Amino acid sequence: MTQAAWRNPLRDERDKRLPRIAGPCGLVIFGVTGDLSRKKLMPAVYDLANRGLLPPGFGLVGFARRDWADQDFGQVVYEAVRQHARTPFRQAVWDRLAEGFRFVPGTFDDPAAFDTLAATVKELDEERGTGGNHAFYLSIPPSFFPVVSEQLARSGLTDQGPDQWRRVVIEKPFGHDLASARDLNRVVNEVFPEESVFRIDHYLGKETVQNILALRFANQLFEPLWNAHYVDHVQITMAEDIGIGGRAGYYDGIGAARDVIQNHLLQLLALMAMEEPGSFHPRALRAEKIKVLSATKPVGPFDQTTAYGQYTGGWQGGQKVLGYLEEEGIAPGSTTETFAAITCEVNTRRWAGVPFYLRTGKRLGRRVTEIAVVFKRAPHLPFDATMTEELGQNALVIRVQPDEGVTMRFGSKVPGAAMEVRDVTMDFGYGHAFTESSPEAYERLLLDVLLGEPSLFPVNEEVELSWQILDPVLRFWAEQGTPEPYRAGTWGPESADAMMARTGRHWRRP
Amino acid sequence: MIIDLPATTTSQVNKKLVELRDQGGAVALGRVLTLVIVTDDGEQTEAAVDAANEASREHPCRVIVVARGPRKAAARLDAQIRVGGDAGASEVIVLRLYGPLADEGASCVVPLLLPDAPVVAWWPGNAPAVPSEDPIGRLATRRITDAAAEKNPIKALETRRDSYAEGDTDLAWTRLTTWRALLASALDLPPFEKVTSATVTGGADSPSTDLLAGWLAAYLDIPVSRRKTPAGEGMHSVVLERKSGAVELSRPDGSVGTLTQPGQPPRRVALQRRENRDCLIEELRRLDPDEVYDATLRALPKVKQARTISRPADRGAAKAAAKTTPKAGAAKPKAAGKSRRAVAAAASTATSAKATASAPAASAGKAERKSAKSGAKSTSEKSAGRGKAAPKPAKRSGKKASGAQR
Repeated sequence: MTQAAWRNPLRDERDKRLPRIAGPCGLVIFGVTGDLSRKKLMPAVYDLANRGLLPPGFGLVGFARRDWADQDFGQVVYEAVRQHARTPFRQAVWDRLAEGFRFVPGTFDDPAAFDTLAATVKELDEERGTGGNHAFYLSIPPSFFPVVSEQLARSGLTDQGPDQWRRVVIEKPFGHDLASARDLNRVVNEVFPEESVFRIDHYLGKETVQNILALRFANQLFEPLWNAHYVDHVQITMAEDIGIGGRAGYYDGIGAARDVIQNHLLQLLALMAMEEPGSFHPRALRAEKIKVLSATKPVGPFDQTTAYGQYTGGWQGGQKVLGYLEEEGIAPGSTTETFAAITCEVNTRRWAGVPFYLRTGKRLGRRVTEIAVVFKRAPHLPFDATMTEELGQNALVIRVQPDEGVTMRFGSKVPGAAMEVRDVTMDFGYGHAFTESSPEAYERLLLDVLLGEPSLFPVNEEVELSWQILDPVLRFWAEQGTPEPYRAGTWGPESADAMMARTGRHWRRP
Repeated sequence: MIIDLPATTTSQVNKKLVELRDQGGAVALGRVLTLVIVTDDGEQTEAAVDAANEASREHPCRVIVVARGPRKAAARLDAQIRVGGDAGASEVIVLRLYGPLADEGASCVVPLLLPDAPVVAWWPGNAPAVPSEDPIGRLATRRITDAAAEKNPIKALETRRDSYAEGDTDLAWTRLTTWRALLASALDLPPFEKVTSATVTGGADSPSTDLLAGWLAAYLDIPVSRRKTPAGEGMHSVVLERKSGAVELSRPDGSVGTLTQPGQPPRRVALQRRENRDCLIEELRRLDPDEVYDATLRALPKVKQARTISRPADRGAAKAAAKTTPKAGAAKPKAAGKSRRAVAAAASTATSAKATASAPAASAGKAERKSAKSGAKSTSEKSAGRGKAAPKPAKRSGKKASGAQR
């Protein structure tokens, strides 16, 4: 019997307890010595195993330029897991998992190393029964993609038999403009067909982001208001209080817009603005996202509707911090922006005339990511002007991190004899009580890769559309030259406030 | 923070709760359900509260513990409110009921239920004969019992079957989820063949083993036989016979399972007995009727009870069984009995050959049985151990929270 005709008698859709365990498979991580791998990937693998979601006989292969044996690699994973894993450590789980660890030393241009890797993977299939199913996680700079994919193809690692799969996982940046993104997609697609390419945008693995769809489409309360009749504008903010840290080599020349707006913020915009999908099938979701992204354009004139800046040194949160240009490894006179804000419009009937403001930056007031839907004022207020002096606009704020949840802001009467209305907030602390146990974004995404469930991964069309939105702004900034300086610990340069003030609006202080 | 309210009434408890919320901020906001734990006052009470506190991290809830004290005492209600660090992400209200009040728990619970939120009732020890008609069970949308904690677990299952109502569930069923998930995933993969017969082996007093057999009988519609190993050993193994060979999942030592399939190397998997905390988290995740559990209970009479075997068949014997049965079992169902006898024989020879090797295993089984019998005690001990380790996660969450405030 073939896979398509087979119906597993033990699966019943009413049986909601049964988790989907990935079938026999293995994971190969390139760049296994990196920060991301130690802090996120390895702990996520352990947490998945601890929750019983990995198949028995799972294999984990590390590939890096280190003179390690399998045990040394095991030790590195062990330390990473003890330090960063979310779930409690269980020796029995660890012992079973550790049996599947392998390490292959080598560089990306060394054919011999890839042959060893191919042999190791084959050996895993025989010893551990990984069944010829393998995911390759490229936790490496994109400049290495061509050589690694070529080596993977050459050593036969990408050949899959019937009933087998090979998948590749790549991370941002997906290029630095439309042209380079297309090049990159071509390089990867030469070796892996698009349906086996998984682009990780870890924001999409966050519970709160997935909750956007539940909030919008499972409730009757919000969706009727979700359009230009009631919404005045939308602000999407991702702020970090840290500087570029040790990532100078990656960050300089890339900047805030490419690093964050192109992927995270435009994906959030798509989820906020998209129409209701016909079903939650990956294809239906993706179709809606693509529709809304292709209707999205940046609003000009860019000198008035966008802002970009670079942080300078000073005191922030009780610490003396360096300015961007003084950070180690930054080219003197670099014009890379560390703050970026743009205005977008979504040209659909639902959103006509509603600006979407996107901003991101480093060394801002505090670390926060949130989406604020700001509603129009009531068309008529049957109160004296003095009564509603303190009443602002109603708002619905989705806090993505930290302190995940939803806040609603509305007017309420101040207790007392006089009729006086003031803003109050109502809070839903999704994250507050759930943080301990809700899975990490990487956990969810890794499992989806192993299950072959693509709905939380952007496809190349989405990536290219995002670049199409951002490219005109980037070109304009490149012509303008030096970004406007702003002091560390503030909420960005003055031009950021000016771009909002122009239409009588202002940024919410998150 | 722990506040004692001796000799009190529920309206005073309610007043105190509101007062605490005013002082301490949003203590009681964002609770998604009320969990009512019904126990006899004793060691078991704290173990249950600990499990509920852990579960509350995923499901913020109000926990009401109805602890029934001695019936002979004078009627009195002692209450205790725990919030903050002492209660995980929940708020715990312990109601100790004495004298005639001990049987009137429902009347004390009603005023304390969260408005408009689901109610879950949990009996960590002995459950009422018909949970859905118990005064507290009637308040609840979901009723959690634990057959394994009853005096006669197998008998308890029969009672569950006869008294089943929508919303009933049992922790003996929850403990099976990992087993069931592994078996279902094994059938997700090629070769896609029909299962012809199945054998489930486990401790004579293990209700989970019976439920697993029932589940297979209900969904595969094949002869399923249930073999017994000495009481106290829990789930031991499952064999699904198919034309090309058997799928076998066995856990001889109670913690590590081995999954064997034809054409594939044996794979080992961590398969320890799930703690009450994990089971409770899973239970609270879904509040709708569990139709699969219902179907499983109804299929229990279909399961053939095989003879008790003195020692668990070790893997060699099981493998021999896998080799012998497919030919006979698939062609003539009558032959199944014969082959089963062959299995038993193989098991006894294998065990006698390895008598020295399996002796420690048997004694370990005995020890486990002991701890299972005094179930309440062992769980409380476990939780005490966890209690010592607990400060760590608590600290971590504290750090996280303060980071969030910053």
